[in-house]
Amino acid sequence: MSGSWFDINDVTKSFNGLRALSGFSCSVKKGEILGLIGPNGAGKTTLFNVITGFVVPDYGNVIFKGIDLVSLPSHKIASIGIARTFQILRLILQLTVFENTMLFFRDQPGEKIGNIFFRSKMSSKKEAENREKAISILESVGLGEKLFEYAGNLSYGQQKLLSLVCCFAAGANVLLLDEPVAGIAPEMIEKILSIISDLPRQLKSVMLIEHNLDAVMQVCNRVIFMDAGVKISEGSPLEVRNDPKVIRAYID
Amino acid sequence: MEYLLHILILIGIYVILSISLNLISGFTGLISLAHAGFYGVGAYVASLMALNIHSPFLVNVLCAIILSGILGALVGAPALRIHDDYFVIATFAFQVIIFSILNNWVSFTGGPIGLAGIPQPIIFGWNVSSHIEFLLLIGSLCALTLWVSRRVVNSPFGRVLKAIREDEIFAQAAGKNVAKYKLQIFVLGAGMAAVAGAVYACYITFIDPTSFTIMESIFIISIIIIGGAGSLWGTVIGAVVLVTLPEVLRFAGLPATVAANIRQIIYGSLLIGFMMWRPKGLLGEYSFQRGGPGSER
Repeated sequence: MSGSWFDINDVTKSFNGLRALSGFSCSVKKGEILGLIGPNGAGKTTLFNVITGFVVPDYGNVIFKGIDLVSLPSHKIASIGIARTFQILRLILQLTVFENTMLFFRDQPGEKIGNIFFRSKMSSKKEAENREKAISILESVGLGEKLFEYAGNLSYGQQKLLSLVCCFAAGANVLLLDEPVAGIAPEMIEKILSIISDLPRQLKSVMLIEHNLDAVMQVCNRVIFMDAGVKISEGSPLEVRNDPKVIRAYID
Repeated sequence: MEYLLHILILIGIYVILSISLNLISGFTGLISLAHAGFYGVGAYVASLMALNIHSPFLVNVLCAIILSGILGALVGAPALRIHDDYFVIATFAFQVIIFSILNNWVSFTGGPIGLAGIPQPIIFGWNVSSHIEFLLLIGSLCALTLWVSRRVVNSPFGRVLKAIREDEIFAQAAGKNVAKYKLQIFVLGAGMAAVAGAVYACYITFIDPTSFTIMESIFIISIIIIGGAGSLWGTVIGAVVLVTLPEVLRFAGLPATVAANIRQIIYGSLLIGFMMWRPKGLLGEYSFQRGGPGSER
């Protein structure tokens, strides 16, 4: 089980004639952190939306574990091991930190309405297990004291951290992180980056969209620079940074 | 005394109705105008069965629940694919259709004349006939409704419902089949409303379509808005307030013709007042407002 296992092939998507993605291909290896950089409107978030089933591409496919994701609804994709965070932070602010995390565990018997009444033992047993897991995950990232705080009462940085933690609860193999460190305090950036750079050790792969180039240079093994829906440059962080095409695009 | 019991029984019926709608609207965020329709289906199914095939009360209630649930699924499956205002309009349409059928299918439902002489329920030999007995019956059904609803909203299933209410896209990203959850809670709510309908029919012993109009749906929604969307006890309080309000006016010494109009004015002002100053209702945790956190940008 080495080498490529997550492939994006020739994905094309237009919105009202505007090409957001144009024949984009790439692959992600197990335990790799792949950075996606590029100017606003380059199609980075659209790519995430295609992978997670929120946008259906006009052409191309996304293969994960041998399954074509393009034909699947987003909730199925989420449940076979791909988790994502959103650029505009999405959390249920009216639920607690703990409850937000609990939402992400897979195969919860208590989420089936019949089980609430007819197999309540089984449901509550699983719920108790998940509860332990959620608490230990949250404690490990330093949100242990905020367990029963409403997500809406957290600082923006803590909310970003929480949305990352939710991906762990989902038990995902591939994490798609859309600007995980944008707009937060430096200490929190360090903390989130150290959590992300630890993920390959657990054989998890990461695709990361980020405008903070220092952060990208720090954690990514490989970087793709894209503009206008096309891959312009690909390679190690240093190679991409020094690529004349990339420099030109940023100066224009 | 009988008068007081009558008010309590009515409160009980509206508690069941508004709690079941609260599961759909307050906990899942789907504002439905079809609730009086399901209430009516329950009342008519139970009455027609009792009058025509003389089946026992519990069987009638069960059939009412099942039929109303099936109708809920039939309406819900297409309607739940659309959002917000469009969903409200779709349920409004269903409500109008149900009323038209009850009102116009004269040979089957009696049309505007309604159904009279609906027998009082007999449950395992217990003949429910006096007011106090009806209060016992409706009280235990309320307790059952509350218990079921509590189990549902406090379960992991209920947690998903709240997530759907606040942010569907987030719920999908968490791997939840949003359409399935919406459909299930819609069917459950429709089934519960049918219970209220069946009991109402047996209690009053006469029903006609005017009890199940869009105004009734709006009344049930008002209970939720004033009591509190997403709060079970808030709903109970809302039902008590809105059902007793006209009775209080009756004692204010106003002539009946004036009281009826004043009642409408008070309902209207209450709704507007709550929407403006206390959109979460008395005890609610969710407000039917646009642009709040988690709403679609």
